Amino acid sequence: MLGAYLPILVLVVIACLFGLGSVVFSSLIGQKKPSKVKLQPYECGCEPVGTARERFSIKFYLIAMLFILFDIEAVFLYPWAVLFKRLGTFGLIEMGVFIVILFVGYVYVWKKGALEWE
Amino acid sequence: METIAIPAINLAPIMPEIILSCIAMLLLLVNVFVPSESKGYLGVLSLVGLVATAASVVSGWGQPVAAFGGAVQLDNFAVFFKLIFICSAALAILISDKYVVREEINHGELYPLILFATVGMMLMACGMDLMVIFLGLEVLSISLYVLAGFNRGSLKSNEAGLKYFLLGAFSTGFLLYGMALTYGATGSTKIGNIAGFVATNPQVATNSLFVVGMLLIAVGFSFKTAAAPFHMWTPDVYEGAPTPITAFMSAGPKAAAFAAFIRVMIVAFPTLKHDWTDLLWILAVLTMTVGNIIALSQDNIKRMLAYSSIAHAGYALVGFTACNPEGVAGILFYMLSYTFMNIGAFAVIVLIGKKGEANGNVQDFAGLGQKRPLLAAILCVFLFSLAGIPPTAGFVGKFYLFSAAIKSGYIWLAIIGVLNSAASVYYYLRVMVYMYFKPSEEDFDWVGMTPAIAVCLLLCVATTLVLGVVPGTVLELAQKAVQF
Repeated sequence: MLGAYLPILVLVVIACLFGLGSVVFSSLIGQKKPSKVKLQPYECGCEPVGTARERFSIKFYLIAMLFILFDIEAVFLYPWAVLFKRLGTFGLIEMGVFIVILFVGYVYVWKKGALEWE
Repeated sequence: METIAIPAINLAPIMPEIILSCIAMLLLLVNVFVPSESKGYLGVLSLVGLVATAASVVSGWGQPVAAFGGAVQLDNFAVFFKLIFICSAALAILISDKYVVREEINHGELYPLILFATVGMMLMACGMDLMVIFLGLEVLSISLYVLAGFNRGSLKSNEAGLKYFLLGAFSTGFLLYGMALTYGATGSTKIGNIAGFVATNPQVATNSLFVVGMLLIAVGFSFKTAAAPFHMWTPDVYEGAPTPITAFMSAGPKAAAFAAFIRVMIVAFPTLKHDWTDLLWILAVLTMTVGNIIALSQDNIKRMLAYSSIAHAGYALVGFTACNPEGVAGILFYMLSYTFMNIGAFAVIVLIGKKGEANGNVQDFAGLGQKRPLLAAILCVFLFSLAGIPPTAGFVGKFYLFSAAIKSGYIWLAIIGVLNSAASVYYYLRVMVYMYFKPSEEDFDWVGMTPAIAVCLLLCVATTLVLGVVPGTVLELAQKAVQF
């Protein structure tokens, strides 16, 4: 039964070897002409300013969490929209319940002031 | 384009969950729309919601209904457990009102979170599908993680929340992996179908996927019931969490974990019964012994009760090991009485405590017997009950659990249980010694009774004594509840 998974194992092994091989071989046989600019951390082509390990305001995390929550809502809406006609009234009601529950959360978050930056 | 056939939907079995969820969401909105410094009205509203839920739960007694293709089933077993959860939530809410004001954590979110946790527990008790049980467990756990860290300003509370979250998430991983392996071996997540598949394909019972799946599920539930050696999180979380939440966690969620544990093991894995009862035997002995021995050396009373709650999970595991109707009925009875006696004891701790969780040591109870004789007497009732001394509910519960073990031939297990129970008397009596025989250093002026806590104490004392003196009716109900 486990034999069926053999191709996946082969794929995983090849992927690992390829990744490791690229790094190892390029470091072994590649030419190395280091310069100050080349050794700088890559930062979208700009000159790096300061350390990359800054502390972020906790507001970013809050916004990120809320974004994910309401983003997932949209993910659930798509399949329903595709099958809207076939699901009929039942689907409409179920989706209504789902959205009302999310809306309660949204109102709560809004009134709590979690959406305000200051 | 043809419409997709929708199976018949019967909402009656999950009506309690629906009612409670709606009330909890309503409370969230009321909390933000009604500007009020005092949040007591939210407590009153949530108690009303719990009563409505209880009424809806009781209607399921005696007439099991399944719904959602057999994924949930409201039977006597579920009804009994759901009532335990509702009692624990209501009692926890009753003892919160004074505490949250004193600790300055009077945020309205406390009440919806407790209600959502209760919804999760109720789903666990009536779930007949591993996925429903898992979802219930997650709803419960996520609410509890937040509740454990509810006192944002307190380091200990933060520690409790974070520790509980990390370890809880880890154990959930075990549980889910076990469910996945079981599904892989049997092709179903419905616990009835799992047993049916094994009955028609007996070779599966020795399939390592299936056995490891069962073991991982057992590990996951053992963590949630705080059974040794998966108990490490309990003392820190119980000590750090706000006291009413500790009371709640030690009663409701523990019972919920037992409800799901019992149902999954007995319904889904009857073929491996000899294996998992052996496993439970070891767990029960370890849990009782570890809990009681470490509790002996605790000075902080919340920590002591945390270890004592580990030991009590061990006593319940004795009944589970016996795995006969008497044993399971014993667990139901014990969980009910434990809810009342333990939350009662925590209510007294809330009263004695001072701001910043001060006054939480055994020594701080010195002189309570002279200064506050009634309160001390009430605490004595709870401690006697926890120790298992007649005529209290704790004694009757232990009696049924141990006699069930003897009936199934586990004589040694019962002996170890009784010895453990005897050892536990030391640390419960120690509190009483401080209360009555040590001179008071404080005058207990701050101990102000509120109506809510008075009601809670009255209910707890009455139930502890009534269940101890006339346990017949409730025990009969518990026995009727043990038909899956």
